[in-house]
Amino acid sequence: MPNSGGQQTGVKSDRRLQMLEAAIKQHQYSKDALLEILHTAQELYGYLDKDLLQHISRQLRLPPSHVYGVATFYNLFKLKKPGMHVVTVCMGTACYVKGAENIVSTIEREFNLKRGGTTSDGRLSLFVTRCIGACAMAPNAIVDGEVIGKATPEDVLRKVKSAMGAEMVEAR
Amino acid sequence: MSKPVELTIDGKKVTAKEGETILEAARRNGLYIPALCYLEGVSSFGGCRVCVVELKGSPRVFASCVTPVTGGMEVVTDSEKLRRYRRWAVELLLAERPHVCSVCVANGSCELQQLATELGVDHLRVDREWTDYEVDLTHERFAYDPNRCILCTRCIRVCDEVEGVHTLDLMLRGKNSKVIFDLDENWGFSRSCTSCGKCSASCPVGALYVKGKPLSEVKKKDLVSFIMERRSEK
Repeated sequence: MPNSGGQQTGVKSDRRLQMLEAAIKQHQYSKDALLEILHTAQELYGYLDKDLLQHISRQLRLPPSHVYGVATFYNLFKLKKPGMHVVTVCMGTACYVKGAENIVSTIEREFNLKRGGTTSDGRLSLFVTRCIGACAMAPNAIVDGEVIGKATPEDVLRKVKSAMGAEMVEAR
Repeated sequence: MSKPVELTIDGKKVTAKEGETILEAARRNGLYIPALCYLEGVSSFGGCRVCVVELKGSPRVFASCVTPVTGGMEVVTDSEKLRRYRRWAVELLLAERPHVCSVCVANGSCELQQLATELGVDHLRVDREWTDYEVDLTHERFAYDPNRCILCTRCIRVCDEVEGVHTLDLMLRGKNSKVIFDLDENWGFSRSCTSCGKCSASCPVGALYVKGKPLSEVKKKDLVSFIMERRSEK
């Protein structure tokens, strides 16, 4: 049965888990702190897999289905491991009208991936999101955390390629 | 003791308890207001918009399952406008997933079907979404077909508030929402489910059902209110 304490979860005990535990403790195992804990977990691990969500639900004594419901409700939480580089294109009304769809389909075509997905070599993920709050700069795209305003498909493509190219140089 | 409240529903004088909703007051007085997500005995959240009513002095409509009664309120439960609203609500529900009665276990004992008949929904003015969810047959006694689900969340509220284990919840959002067991696992592998069957007894459509039994036998809409009544008598 659930919540029989001390049970092993699939989460490996390491530095990241220690930091997560510290955050949970800091919030005094409060059920209200679920969102904060999920944010911390995603910062530490990069994404939230089922073992991690199971672990959080056990620690906060929340039903797993509730934790999963919250994690899937917000677009910001990633349940699958994202690629090494991430492009997020804003599809809010203003950006959409200004041609965001064109940016998304260009990247899809160029790197052979679907929105919400990751290339098979795990190097690039493409996400779409609703309004990032910079409508005056529409259309907006975010490449590895850097916002590109008044973006054209070429701008974004160049930025993505240079980000991926830099990593190739580093690897050498 | 809470003070009694007087109001009129469809011209009939009705006495209600303070804090009671319009729907509860109407039903207790034998007046009919259609509803889908409302289930006596658990909380309401005004999701299906089928129970809408008009209040004298206001241009908008109100979900009667979440609107508390106030003194002197004049409620209209049936009008051309309300029927139009309800019809749209039901049509959109029918369009969201492939509700095909002829191949459904709930055919003949389905609240959605019954309501559609009542409102004269014989065709849809919007295109259907042909979702293709996998049917979950992993539980030894129960089955779950998300393609027939109308997301009323009765099962979720019953599991949380009556059985108390909260095995069920909703994932994602909007029309992509789906009722899940634990971490979106197969029902048969759920560690928290007690197999009590209250969810399938409360399901208004054929999404949750007991294997090998006619739905008319499985559905017990008043099971939950019965349990809650017994509980309060303790």
